[in-house]
Amino acid sequence: MSEAPLLTVEDLEVSFPGRTGVTRAVRNASFTLGRERLGIVGESGSGKTTMGRSLLGLLPRTAQVTAKTMSYEGTDLLACSERDWQKLRGRRMSMVMQDPKYSLNPVQTVGRQISETALLHLKSDHKDARRRTLAMLEAVQIRDPELVYGLYPHQLSGGMGQRVMIAMMLIAEPDLLIADEPTSALDVTVQNEVLRILDDLVRDRGMGLILISHNLTMVSSFCDRVLIMYAGRIVEEIAARDLQHARHPYTRALVAATPSLTVRRAELATVTRDPEWLK
Amino acid sequence: MIRVENLSVIFHAGGREVRAAEGVSFTVAKGETFGIVGESGSGKSTLLRAIAGLVPSTSTALEVDGQPAARRRSRADRRKLQFVFQDPYASLHPRKTVDDILREPLEIHREGEIDERVAAAIADVGLLPIHRFRYPHQLSGGQRQRVAIARALILRPPILLLDEPTSALDVSVQAEILNLLARLRQSYSLTSILVSHDLAVVAHLCDRIAIMQLGRLVEVISADNLRTGNVSADYTRKLIAASQGFTRVPA
Amino acid sequence: MSDGLSHWLMSEAPLSRRQAVLGRFYRGIRSILTNPTAVVGLVIVILLVLMGIFAPLLSLGNSPLTQDLAGRLGAPSAEHWFGTDELGRDILARTLYGARATLAIVALVSVIVVPIGLAVGTVAGYMGGWVDAVLMRITDIFLAFPRLILALAFAAALGPGIENAVIAIALTSWPAYARIARSETMTIAHSDFIQSVVLQGASTWRILFRHIVPLCLSSVIVRLTLDMSGIILTAAGLGFLGLGAQPPTPEWGAMVSSGRDVILDQWWVATIPGLAIFVVSLGFNLLGDGLRDVFDPKSGS
Repeated sequence: MSEAPLLTVEDLEVSFPGRTGVTRAVRNASFTLGRERLGIVGESGSGKTTMGRSLLGLLPRTAQVTAKTMSYEGTDLLACSERDWQKLRGRRMSMVMQDPKYSLNPVQTVGRQISETALLHLKSDHKDARRRTLAMLEAVQIRDPELVYGLYPHQLSGGMGQRVMIAMMLIAEPDLLIADEPTSALDVTVQNEVLRILDDLVRDRGMGLILISHNLTMVSSFCDRVLIMYAGRIVEEIAARDLQHARHPYTRALVAATPSLTVRRAELATVTRDPEWLK
Repeated sequence: MIRVENLSVIFHAGGREVRAAEGVSFTVAKGETFGIVGESGSGKSTLLRAIAGLVPSTSTALEVDGQPAARRRSRADRRKLQFVFQDPYASLHPRKTVDDILREPLEIHREGEIDERVAAAIADVGLLPIHRFRYPHQLSGGQRQRVAIARALILRPPILLLDEPTSALDVSVQAEILNLLARLRQSYSLTSILVSHDLAVVAHLCDRIAIMQLGRLVEVISADNLRTGNVSADYTRKLIAASQGFTRVPA
Repeated sequence: MSDGLSHWLMSEAPLSRRQAVLGRFYRGIRSILTNPTAVVGLVIVILLVLMGIFAPLLSLGNSPLTQDLAGRLGAPSAEHWFGTDELGRDILARTLYGARATLAIVALVSVIVVPIGLAVGTVAGYMGGWVDAVLMRITDIFLAFPRLILALAFAAALGPGIENAVIAIALTSWPAYARIARSETMTIAHSDFIQSVVLQGASTWRILFRHIVPLCLSSVIVRLTLDMSGIILTAAGLGFLGLGAQPPTPEWGAMVSSGRDVILDQWWVATIPGLAIFVVSLGFNLLGDGLRDVFDPKSGS
């Protein structure tokens, strides 16, 4: 990576004060992201979603976010006010989430929602926004953009809904896209189609992509580099193709615990949680 | 052990007819672990529930342990066939302790030595005595699923039906539950049907696998053939390819 | 509460069923006590109960029934803290003993409407189909009766008295509980945990009584507590009309009625029992509000 990284995170800490004390959801997380596909893998409670949301300032106000460095293309994310975030989100950084049903406004047509995003972030008028929307719908391989423009979210299938989400999040041409379990609600045959679209877009536009998922198989086959998270920490950072030769015991256990279609095993390896990993 | 011939499940929703499953036929031999795989809308869960008698169905034959399965199952029928549900957060009564949940089947069937059998069931699924009097909200997803399995097996049914038992669990927890199921089916000589959308899970545990698509049975293949890709239907090939992760087509 | 007992109850690893049930109960009480509205309501309700039980002691030696026509309509004094009514009876004593009538009505109505409402509601919600339709139509019929008019009709037919008042109130109250129970039942009837008991071969009776009813209880209790104030007011209203507890038994509504004529000059005769009605009504309302906050599924229960 010869050019400067898009995103630099150093010693990120996210804590939530609660009735029974403070929960440290993310501890000492450090990584960089260039114009590449970075995967973040972890089980529930690993802090991966919290970390993803902290990068976009989407955590509840009770969350305490501190870091040595957290900067995106030169902008210090830690010093962002809500107004600063609004300028960043959509236009320079964007997020695709798990279930389009919950992220799309059910009482507005999808075309309108996408156009609104364009209007908000780009200097365009209604006609231009509509043109861009249709172009974007085509880019996410929706066969009849005009028809889909006028549909409501509940009229879309899962795969189509997710593609609409991607269109909405990419129309303002951000440089960074965070996808949090974008395909978990989809059938496996549709998953790969959506991933392919994401892949093409990322490559064509030179974007940085962070893919957050619990699905190791998917992340290892799609991403360039992978971060493995456990109990809020990044326990390993490894190139996707080297996952079989991971060093940290948790990563190795995770790989061994995933049933494989090709390799026959009598018993799946289980993860013996070493309290050492919590330190 | 289980014979299904021409099974169909038709729902009437809002004036329309929904064919959740249509003309499905297969048999499951005694001691076999049979898998049913499909995507959403394939009818796999509906099929399983029809076999369990939880949803009404029509068929030319539906036999459980050699006997035709009646529309209304008797208490004795229920002893033969038990079910493990997908969502560990919804399959346990929120106001009952693990102990209450496990005693219930024994009390319903008027069996004796309840205390000992409950304690044994808890140990059998890898839980500890400290879990015995907890409420479901005090247990993790994996622990709840263990309770669900213990509940299903406490009456020693010869047949166990599992509807996506690990889909809601983390990978590491899934591995533990799958290993548990493998061990238990050995100990109790179970005949089981496992439904899942995850081809790898099904290939791991099952001997033969049925592929379903949009309510119809596409084909039935052995796990070995599934692994080697030695299959006849295109849909199955597509499913196998998709399950192996993302393949980047060079630009 | 000693530390040891508290720890035992809050333990995450109970060793017996008793410990688990008591622990859950304890946690429930604790969460109720954190809600100020509920606490105020609870205190008032407890005071009501204590008033009723300890009326003889708290009456300071005065009897609610002893008439003293010479000292009638006496102002509050050292001897009669709340004064005397039109027959010279001590109002403090009558107010305290009147709590018993109120408690009796509250208890009897609860004991009648909750079982009936739960039974009708859960059966209708679970069985569905024509059973549901028939039961709901019956519920509708009873819902249509205006309470006071029905009470008058009963009084006319069977004579006035506290029992008939209770029956009239109960008959017009149970439909609301049936509806609540039915809607809760319909929510959970197809859930996996109910299906699993069906799969174990449980009889419908067992499913309803041991699995569904326990989950309907919290909504029903909240509704009952909130309804309580209405029931007390209705009972007082019936008493006011002379249809409740018959003289000389002290009853707040009747006391307000008899104090009507002298309300301008001897205000205490009607106002004291009126205040009692108001405070107890308010108490149940607050308790119900607090319980509803505690049992609200959004905050977990």
